[in-house]
Amino acid sequence: MHELSLCESVIELIEEQARQQCFERVKTVRLEIGALAGVEIEAMLFSFDAAARDSLAEGAKLDIIRIAGLAICPVCEKQVEVSARFDVCPDCAHYPLQIVAGEEMRIKELEVQ
Amino acid sequence: MCTTCGCGHAETTIEGHDHQHNEHAHTHDHRHEHHHHTHDHSGHGEGSEAASPSRMLRMEQDILSKNNAYAADNRRWFNQHGILTLNLVSSPGSGKTTLLTRTLSELKDTLSMAVIEGDQQTVLDAERIRATGAQAIQINTGKGCHLDAHMVGHAMENLPIDDRSVLFIENVGNLVCPAAFDLGEACKVVILSVTEGEDKPLKYPDMFHAAGLMLLNKIDLLPHLNFDVDQCLDYARRVNPGIKVLQVSASTGEGMAQWYQYLQAMRQVALIGHAEAER
Repeated sequence: MHELSLCESVIELIEEQARQQCFERVKTVRLEIGALAGVEIEAMLFSFDAAARDSLAEGAKLDIIRIAGLAICPVCEKQVEVSARFDVCPDCAHYPLQIVAGEEMRIKELEVQ
Repeated sequence: MCTTCGCGHAETTIEGHDHQHNEHAHTHDHRHEHHHHTHDHSGHGEGSEAASPSRMLRMEQDILSKNNAYAADNRRWFNQHGILTLNLVSSPGSGKTTLLTRTLSELKDTLSMAVIEGDQQTVLDAERIRATGAQAIQINTGKGCHLDAHMVGHAMENLPIDDRSVLFIENVGNLVCPAAFDLGEACKVVILSVTEGEDKPLKYPDMFHAAGLMLLNKIDLLPHLNFDVDQCLDYARRVNPGIKVLQVSASTGEGMAQWYQYLQAMRQVALIGHAEAER
């Protein structure tokens, strides 16, 4: 549900960049979104077009790189893939695990003109 | 739309805050400085003079960086003024406003308190709050499903609040979106009512993970429900092992004394280092 405001933030940050880096059009926006970031990719794709309307990113392609959730088990010290915050260690069933990746919500790069 | 800081929240309205100002005659007393980020974009400077062909520009910028900068400004301001700020989050109908009005009524002689009310529409909640005698300001987010730090900064410009007060921010009723948006609060307090089902912490883990305190509300209704309190608390601690839990009923007053103790203790922490704290 908050994907529209995330997309609006993306557009704001891009417009700020445009002033600093002198570009007029954005062709591609590449984001990194972690599996644990609480972001619906579909909703993000849907919201982006609406947020980009009448901006220099209107019609730009939104490319989302999904980052898997990774955690370290403090007991067996293994790195494991997780899909939720409350996942338990698949080997020793310990929780909580220490999340090391998957919370990202980042603008990685832009293709600009 | 706010022309001073370029905010794009066209749908958001804040009671008493008009957006007619401009750069030269604006009435904000800017307690919070709006950040304009200057990032060091090492590694892509060489392409910046190229004109028409497209080029790649590395940004590596957090999508929430603007919100987080506003939140940091708010937090700094709250700190300077010895204000304890709590961000109250829950689903709609958990009894947040009832909990708040009871708290305001029962503590008004011992604590100075003010409220920022967030709802999509209407000023009904702010009116309920003001009926207790407390200062309150309403933010209507329109279609927006959460408050953000920038709205809160603007609301503070119009909310009369004394130093060393407690500020409650009643977020929009929603267990998803407000989790991601730092407002500059000391702590998020999640309110869950026993009429909702004990698995809410697992269904909405981000919110329970982000909260420091959970108030389990409407416990007076437990005899009439099949709500498993222990199971619910177990789920909450699974998502957030450090979460503190209080069981309350805002309508009968049961358990509210512990909530007030929590407020007083948190307020003492907020006053540590505040210039006038030792008086």
